[in-house]
Amino acid sequence: MPEIIFANQDSGEEMLLNMGPQHPSTHGVIRFIVRTDGEIMSEAIPDVGYLHRSIEKIAEKCTYEGFMPYTDRVDYVAAMTANECWAMAVEKLADIEVPRRGYYLRALSSELCRISSHCIALGAMAMDIGAITPFPYTLREREYINDLLEQICGARLTFNYHRIGGVGWDMPLGWDDKVLRWCDHFDGVVGEFDRLITNNELFIKRLANLCVVPRDEAIDWGFVGPNLRASGVDFDVRRDVPYSIYPSVKFDVPLGKGLMGAVGDCWDRFWVRVREWEQSVKIIRQALAQMNAETKPGDFWNKPKKLKPKGEAYVRVEAARGDMGCYVIGDGSTNAYRAKFRTGSFNAMGIIRKKSHGVMVADLVALIASLDVVAPEIDR
Amino acid sequence: MTPKDIFERLQTKFPDAISAYTEGEGVKDAFCKAAAARIVEIMTFLRDDPQSRFDFLQSLSGVDNKEVLTTVYHLWSYPHRHSFVVKCDVPRDEPVCPSVAGVWSTADWLERESYDLLGIRYSGHPDLRRIMLPDDWEGHPLRKDYKEKDAYRGMPTTRYSPLELLPIYDAHAVEQLKQGGAPATPPAETK
Repeated sequence: MPEIIFANQDSGEEMLLNMGPQHPSTHGVIRFIVRTDGEIMSEAIPDVGYLHRSIEKIAEKCTYEGFMPYTDRVDYVAAMTANECWAMAVEKLADIEVPRRGYYLRALSSELCRISSHCIALGAMAMDIGAITPFPYTLREREYINDLLEQICGARLTFNYHRIGGVGWDMPLGWDDKVLRWCDHFDGVVGEFDRLITNNELFIKRLANLCVVPRDEAIDWGFVGPNLRASGVDFDVRRDVPYSIYPSVKFDVPLGKGLMGAVGDCWDRFWVRVREWEQSVKIIRQALAQMNAETKPGDFWNKPKKLKPKGEAYVRVEAARGDMGCYVIGDGSTNAYRAKFRTGSFNAMGIIRKKSHGVMVADLVALIASLDVVAPEIDR
Repeated sequence: MTPKDIFERLQTKFPDAISAYTEGEGVKDAFCKAAAARIVEIMTFLRDDPQSRFDFLQSLSGVDNKEVLTTVYHLWSYPHRHSFVVKCDVPRDEPVCPSVAGVWSTADWLERESYDLLGIRYSGHPDLRRIMLPDDWEGHPLRKDYKEKDAYRGMPTTRYSPLELLPIYDAHAVEQLKQGGAPATPPAETK
């Protein structure tokens, strides 16, 4: 990138602007202090913490089982994966076996949740940079998924479905057919979405080569999940640190190829998420078929009788916003001694100050949206 | 490489700074302890050594272990697909730990979080400020001896539990009904 010379840098004519925390394009309550010369920024300093609810402190105050509803709030756009992360951390700590059917139901609900989270990410990103139409299209699909998830657990946003040792309820009768019908419908939606926005010429011109994050930089700054894969790093926790039923299903890991510009630009991050939609549908179809063939209804929760683990464990799951880690320490009581969530959004935010140098104010919004940060996951 | 191999390799390189390899008995991920004074050197070695190549700092957590404050580094290597855990203790009365933000850029924000919530000061950090809490917050909430203040800038930090309020409401409603009034108005002390 050529060095940008700010005409007014020395004359003191740079403006200091406040953006947020209630700005609609900051995806929740995030504040930026923007140093700008006209439309071009020299720096955008993120100021986070407006949604800090000290979830890690709450984890020390309530029991392992009682903390599960709070994990919904770690990432309320994709609550299932945060549920799964906590459940797996405690299971690893206390050596709890999960019935096979429990794993299938977890994978099904998590993949549905991943699709619906990407619906928000992609629709909101298109809307943030001025394309209003895609957002209702993706929200429509999210509503369908919410209906499906409501039928399995009774909630539409904060699910509290996973339990330590399994899941809370078995799937209702006929749910699998409904999911399959929706999958058939969704295949067409992905193609429609590609025609509508992904390959739209204006959209490509706006996003290609914008805020490129090369491979080494992405690793150095702790990028995970779709952001990391858009930079060309071939890594997916589901495939490379196998857990749950993922070793028994076949799926591809889409990588950013730089089809419209450099590898790791904003368009690549968008495109990778669209391709992940397809892979999640693929996983759902296989998981449903395998679950019905291999497991019997009813055996979905191995409820632990006594839960007073001692020791420590770290697990990682592939959440919608990438590798979510949970580090939990038990001291032999009913509560965790320390619980720490490592989330994708928090680490992705760190790079914004560096990447915003020389970027237009309007493109800062595209950068934030392409990183798919959500405020609750940053602040916890 | 297994954690054991990595530990042995580290110990031959830094015999006086690496100790206490722990695994088993509830510890699901084996870890070793590193001396705070040489932590940057050790982490740079772990990152650059062709056999370990830990290019990704997964997580950095502060833990309050009563006498000491511990920083836990979870490392992951993309080239070799292996992981390792390093712990670094600093004394509670002088919690200063060298910053690894120069080794992995992602440590910048992770260390700020740990400083904010546990009060471990990372020396050499480029921008060590509070990140979650307001700049004028007092204390570090994830410490075990943290006492919450009653108010922050005049805003109370606690409120009535709805369960404690119910009897007050009920008694008040009964009283109002007896006097022929409407039971809907809330009692004065809850306004």
